[in-house]
Amino acid sequence: MDYKKVLPKYRKDRTRLIEILKEIQSAEGFISDKAVQAVADNLGLSRAEVEGVISFYHFLSDRPLGKYVVHLNNSITAEMAGRERVARTLEQETDCRFGQTSADGLVTLLETSCIGMNDQEPAALINGVVFTGLTPEKVKKIVAWMRQGKLVQDMVEETGDGANSHELVRAMFRNNIRKTGPVVFGDYSTGQALTRALSLTPEAVIDEVKKANLLGRGGAGFPTGLKWEFCRKEKGEQHFVICNADEGEPGTFKDRVILTERPQMVFEGMAIAGYAVGARLGLLYLRHEYTYLRRYLEHVLQKMREQGWLGQNIAGRGFAFDIEIKMGAGAYICGEESALIESAEGKRGEPRDRPPFPVQKGYLNLPSTVNNVETLATATQILARGAGWFRSMGTQVSAGTKVLSVSGDCDRPGIYEVEYGLAVRELLDMVGAKDTLAVQVGGPSGNCISEAGFGRKICFSDLATGGSIIIFNKSRDLLAVVRNFLEFFIEESCGWCVPCRAGNVLLKKKFEKIASGRGTAQDLKEIEAWGKIIKSMSRCGLGQTSPNPVLTTLANFNDLYQSLINKEADFIPEFDLNRAVAEACALTGRKFQEEHDHA
Amino acid sequence: MPEVIKFTIDGKECQAEAGQTIYEAAVANGVYIPVLCHFEGLKPVGSCRICSVRVNGRWMASCTQPVTPGLVIENDVPEVEEYRKAIIEMLFVEGNHFCPACEKSGNCELQALAYRYQIMVPQFPYLFPKKEIEAFPKFLLEHNRCVQCQRCLRAVQTKDGKKIFALKNRSGRVRINVDKKLAARLTEEEAQKAMEVCPVGAILKKEVGFRLPIGKRKFDHRPIGSEIEEKK
Repeated sequence: MDYKKVLPKYRKDRTRLIEILKEIQSAEGFISDKAVQAVADNLGLSRAEVEGVISFYHFLSDRPLGKYVVHLNNSITAEMAGRERVARTLEQETDCRFGQTSADGLVTLLETSCIGMNDQEPAALINGVVFTGLTPEKVKKIVAWMRQGKLVQDMVEETGDGANSHELVRAMFRNNIRKTGPVVFGDYSTGQALTRALSLTPEAVIDEVKKANLLGRGGAGFPTGLKWEFCRKEKGEQHFVICNADEGEPGTFKDRVILTERPQMVFEGMAIAGYAVGARLGLLYLRHEYTYLRRYLEHVLQKMREQGWLGQNIAGRGFAFDIEIKMGAGAYICGEESALIESAEGKRGEPRDRPPFPVQKGYLNLPSTVNNVETLATATQILARGAGWFRSMGTQVSAGTKVLSVSGDCDRPGIYEVEYGLAVRELLDMVGAKDTLAVQVGGPSGNCISEAGFGRKICFSDLATGGSIIIFNKSRDLLAVVRNFLEFFIEESCGWCVPCRAGNVLLKKKFEKIASGRGTAQDLKEIEAWGKIIKSMSRCGLGQTSPNPVLTTLANFNDLYQSLINKEADFIPEFDLNRAVAEACALTGRKFQEEHDHA
Repeated sequence: MPEVIKFTIDGKECQAEAGQTIYEAAVANGVYIPVLCHFEGLKPVGSCRICSVRVNGRWMASCTQPVTPGLVIENDVPEVEEYRKAIIEMLFVEGNHFCPACEKSGNCELQALAYRYQIMVPQFPYLFPKKEIEAFPKFLLEHNRCVQCQRCLRAVQTKDGKKIFALKNRSGRVRINVDKKLAARLTEEEAQKAMEVCPVGAILKKEVGFRLPIGKRKFDHRPIGSEIEEKK
C-alpha cells in the first residue's frame, strides 16, 4: 500500500486516526511498523501515540493476522449455547489455538466480548461478517470453505428477516422482534415529527421532550430534555449531536435491531436534537461489531437527503443538518459518553474527568449532546405524537416504553418493547422462561436478582436497565456467570485508574478462592468490602459498577456463598501448598503425598 | 476581585478562589490530602484516586474536582482513609516493589505514602506480574515500579507537542510506551525532569544512583504531607 497516496485524502485530520488505521488494516491485514511511522509523520504524532491507539482497540492489530480472522464471542449466553464445543472444533479444524495464527497463515482465532447477538449464540465475526448459531458441524463447513479460499460474504447462505436481507446488509441472523410497542416499533412515517419540530421554536421542542419526561434509554436515565437544554445554553462556535450506537453491555442488542428496522426514526431524532440544541452536524458512533450495517445506513442517510429530511434546507424551512457515521474499533468503555467522544476524535477511548460535561465541552471541546439510539428514536415519536400521548404509557417517573433485549434460558429470546412498570415475573411469562433461577437485569453492570425479586418492576425507580435481560434457569451454575462477568470487566477496563485496573483483578482472585471452597466467613466480608472500595474510588461508570456481579449475587444468593465457605476455619491462606506441590510433582513425575498438618 | 468560595473540610471552615480544585484549595488552607498522580503544574488526570474525598456522600477525586460554594468535604475520616490505604496497597501488589534495592527509596512518594498509612502487609494478594526493564540512551524505564500516574507523559513532550511517553494497551496490561526515536533526542535536562516527576523509581537517569545518603533523602525525617500540615 502506498501510504503517500492514501493519506492525503484524510487531510491530516487527527480525529480520523482510527479510520485511517482501519483502512490500512483492511488493505494490508495489519498495521505494520512502516505504516505506524507513515501515519505518525502524516498527522504530526509520535509513534508511541499511534501505537497507543492501535493497542487500545480489539479490532486493530499491529501484528500480521491470518487470511481469515475469527473473533468468537465469549459472553455468558454463548457459553450456555455451547461455545466451548465450537471453540474446540475451531481449534481442531484449523490446527491453531486461540490467540494465535495458524502456521499456514490461513486463520487467526481470537476472542471478543459481546457482539450483540446474544439471542443467537454462539456467534462470531469472521473478517467482519457475523455468523450466528454456530455448531461444530457449521464450523467444519466454514473451515472447509476457508481452505477453498471462499469469500466470507459468500459463506452467508441464507439471510434473515426484515432489512437483514437487504442487499447492502445480507446478514444471516434474525431481528427476533417478539413484541412491538407503540413507540419505537409503533406507527411511523418519516418526516412527520421533524416537520412539527421545525414549526416550533427550539425551546418549545426541548419543552415538549421535558414534558414527556423522556429519560435516557442507554441505562443512566438522565433527562433528555434537560441535556438538550444545557447543551443549547452553552456557547460555542458549533454544537454537536452524537448518537451513541456503541451498545456493548453484554446481553444488549436492541440498538442493532432498531438501527436495522428503524434507522430513519433514529436519524430523524438526531435532526430534531440538532434543531433543539443548535447543531448542524450529527455523528452516529457505530460500534465496530455492527460494521455490516454501515453501507445500509449510509444508503438510508442518502435517501433521507434526497427526500429533504437531511441537508441544507430541511423540509423547506431553512434548517441545515447532516449526519456522519464514525466507526468504533472494539472497546466496551466507548459506550461511556466521554470515552465515546475521545474515540470519535480518533484517540484511545479513555473517559474524561467531569466537569466539564460533554454538553459543555464535548466533541472537539465544543458543546455536544450524546444520546442513545433508542432515546433519539423515542424523541422522534414524542414530537410526532405529543408528550401527553407518551406519558399515558409507563409509570409516573418512567414514562413510555422500553425496548428490552432478552436472552438466555427462555423459549422466545429476542426484542420486546414493553411499557415501563412491567414486573419481572410478567416478563418471564411473556418470554416463556421456566424454572428460572436468576435474572440479570441491565447486563453485568446491573443487578442479578433471585425469585424473591421477581415481583420487582422494570423502571427507573426500581430495576433500571439499558435493555439487557439475561435469564438463567435452575440448571445453571451462577458462579460461572459471575466469573464470566468479572473477566469481562477486567478485560474491558481502560486501565486508567487504579481501583478499576487492579481492583477488579483482585476481586476476581478473591472470588476464585471462595468458589474453589477455600474461602472463610472473613473472605466473604473482604470480597464485599473490596467491591465497595472499587465502586467508590473508580473514575467512571465501568469501575463504579464492575463489582456488581459479586455484590448483587452476594445480596440475592447469599445461601450459595454460605454453602461454599469453610465454616470451621478462621483463616485459610491464599496460597494452596498442597495444590502447588501436586503441580510440581506432576511436572517432575514424582508421586504426590498430601500434607495435612501445616497449622 | 476574585470571588471567595466558602466550604468545609472535616468541619474546618475553608476559603478558596474560583477555579481551584478541592486539592488546591485544601493545600491553601493547610489541609493535607494525599496525592500520587498529581504534580504541581501538570494538568490533573485523576488516575491514582488516592486523593478521593467524600462530598455529601459522593466520592470524588479532589485533584480534578473544582471546589464550589458550600461543599461539605470529608477527608481525614476513618472510611476515607481506609479506602485510600487500600489503593496504596493495590499499587504495591499490582507491581513489583522491592524498596531496599530501589534507587528511589527515601525519595519515593509511593513508599512515603505507605509509611504514612502504616502499611505493614497489604490486605491484597500479590499479583507478581511479569514486567520488563527498558533502556534508552539517557534513562532506564523500570516497568516493575511504574504506577501509571502519567506524570512523565504530561511533563515531558517535544516542543511541537508530540508525546515521547504514551500509554499502550488497556486493562491490567496498560503500560508506559516510550517513543524510541524521540527519547533518543532528549536533552540532559529533559531526562532529569522525567526522572524528577516520576513519583517512584520507574524512570532512572543513567549513570547516577543513590546520590543522596540515608538521612538526607526527602522523606527520611518527616512523613509525606508534613510540609502542608505545618503551614497551618
